[in-house]
Amino acid sequence: MSLSSSVAHRRPGLQPRDVAYHVCVIAFGFVMVYPLLWMVASSFKPADEVFANVTSLIPRRPTLDNYVQGWAGFGGISFATFFRNSLLYAGVGTLLVVCSSALSAYGFARLRFSGRRFWFVMMLLTLMLPIQVQVIPEYIVFSKLGLLNTFWPLLLPRIGGQAFFIFLIMQFIRGIPRELDDAAAIDGCGQFGIFWRIIVPLISPALMTAAIFSFYFTWGDFLHPLIYLNDPRLYTISVALRTYSDPAGVSNWGAIFAMATLALVPVFVVFLFFQRYLIQGISTSGLAGR
Amino acid sequence: MGRTPRQWATGSGVGTAKAEIEYALPVQPRSAQAAAAARRRAWRRNLTGYLFIGPWLFGFLAFTLVPISASAVLAFTNFNVLSPNLSWIGLNNFATLLADQRYWRAVRATLLFAFAAVPLKLLFALGLAMLLNNARRGVYAYRAAYYAPSIVGASVAVAVVWREMFGKQGPINAMLGSLGITTTAWLGDPATAPWTVILLAVWEFGSPMLIFLAGLRQIPTEFYEAAAIDGADRLRRFGAITIPMLTPLIFFNLVLQMIFGFTVFTSAFIISSGSGAPLDSVLLYSLYLYQKGFKDFQMGYAAAMAWALLLVVAACTALIFRSSSHWVYYEADAEDRR
Repeated sequence: MSLSSSVAHRRPGLQPRDVAYHVCVIAFGFVMVYPLLWMVASSFKPADEVFANVTSLIPRRPTLDNYVQGWAGFGGISFATFFRNSLLYAGVGTLLVVCSSALSAYGFARLRFSGRRFWFVMMLLTLMLPIQVQVIPEYIVFSKLGLLNTFWPLLLPRIGGQAFFIFLIMQFIRGIPRELDDAAAIDGCGQFGIFWRIIVPLISPALMTAAIFSFYFTWGDFLHPLIYLNDPRLYTISVALRTYSDPAGVSNWGAIFAMATLALVPVFVVFLFFQRYLIQGISTSGLAGR
Repeated sequence: MGRTPRQWATGSGVGTAKAEIEYALPVQPRSAQAAAAARRRAWRRNLTGYLFIGPWLFGFLAFTLVPISASAVLAFTNFNVLSPNLSWIGLNNFATLLADQRYWRAVRATLLFAFAAVPLKLLFALGLAMLLNNARRGVYAYRAAYYAPSIVGASVAVAVVWREMFGKQGPINAMLGSLGITTTAWLGDPATAPWTVILLAVWEFGSPMLIFLAGLRQIPTEFYEAAAIDGADRLRRFGAITIPMLTPLIFFNLVLQMIFGFTVFTSAFIISSGSGAPLDSVLLYSLYLYQKGFKDFQMGYAAAMAWALLLVVAACTALIFRSSSHWVYYEADAEDRR
């Protein structure tokens, strides 16, 4: 877990070196999270205080007005709508991505069929594909199908899973002894039975990791909702925040920070409850946030 | 559980060679009946395989392969969603690209971004991984705190906060002002605006940091002990053990972050309000592509831009891969040479 030297030489009590270490790490950590703390603090400051008392992290006159005013949204559409849209996109999108990725991961990791090697290489290549190359022709197709301003262009591509997650889940499946599969096969399980009864329960940590990351990616996705959704009633939280915070028409900064804070709440809740899976996932697959 | 980072960075374990050979062995039928049975079995095996990868295959064909091929064709047309006449214009889009001054400003902004943000991000990631690779009390909380920015960094919410942090009346200027430093309009000056976007990217060093941390834990402690006995000091141990052992991960992070660096969109969009201002200094490649494709609806032109990007990314990736044999150290190779 750590270099043995630092453990072996540990003396009882707090050494000056340890104190210096903690002071440095905490100080730099504070600088790191300052922007987030500032956002939260500003969301509780009354409008005249946000930029008057700008560096302070403690509101002089804390208020919830920003949340009430912000939640009312714009154009008669409240943030409840935007949250519902984001939850729909992130929820359904994640479900599709994880199911599809798990199936293909099993196919690539355990099954032998002609062309497997070829498709596997194709799958790995898509890891390196800049999304910009896809987005224009995809847009043309969806506009020809008359599906602009619906959630279809956001959800349909998720059926294909995501190469990152396929790769991650494959790593887990490879760690499962094949004897388990064989035993199940002898007991009369088909390939799907093996997948569903043996593999899925064993790879649930990997599925959790994939689900969390997929949730993050879709919840934060900006480009796709921006190009496909023009009707404010369909806006996800990211597009709504962009419209709401347009510098040309902003008067109430506190309300913007309040909605920005709310937009990040689901992300941090997931982080607090599932950080074990996140850190494990990154360490085993190199799944980097993008 | 899974392969170690070292294993997968070397590519070992991906489709084991033995299994491939087994699979490639010709089946030797004893009779026509047996041959038919073998064919049926092979057919069934293929069917099962394709059923499992079916969803992925559908997605790949419909939303990756076909779009990309289509965009290759589009790049040679004057396709515009708003106008009905579509014609083949050959290399015109690419000729226009070469003469488009905004395009080159976008390229310059993107190169500055990638060449500043990626190395800085990896340096911070490695430095903090070294600092947090111990068993001190509270180290888990520290890791979480340093990682937190990278889970929210790509969001619109954080980009909005960032824009206001560096605004004229924002906290950065207020702090500098209270220290007696003359403040500046960070976002209005083409010399400083790109650095706010770069800083936001560097701030998200949490993911590579965790990857480096996992890698540090894989280094056998005997290496350090042996080096210490030989009288190597800290710096020497770092240069002779830590860095070489981490090179596969540095390589991996470099490839991934480089692709990220060429495609970042949200932060530049929000910080410049979609314009790339001031003076196109924040006009990152994907932002210009968005403007051309989805504001001006010059999709053929945007497709040509996308293909130019794809070629550059492929070339950079190939370059890093080619160079890797000179600086990436694989233990497996060393064992082979022994």
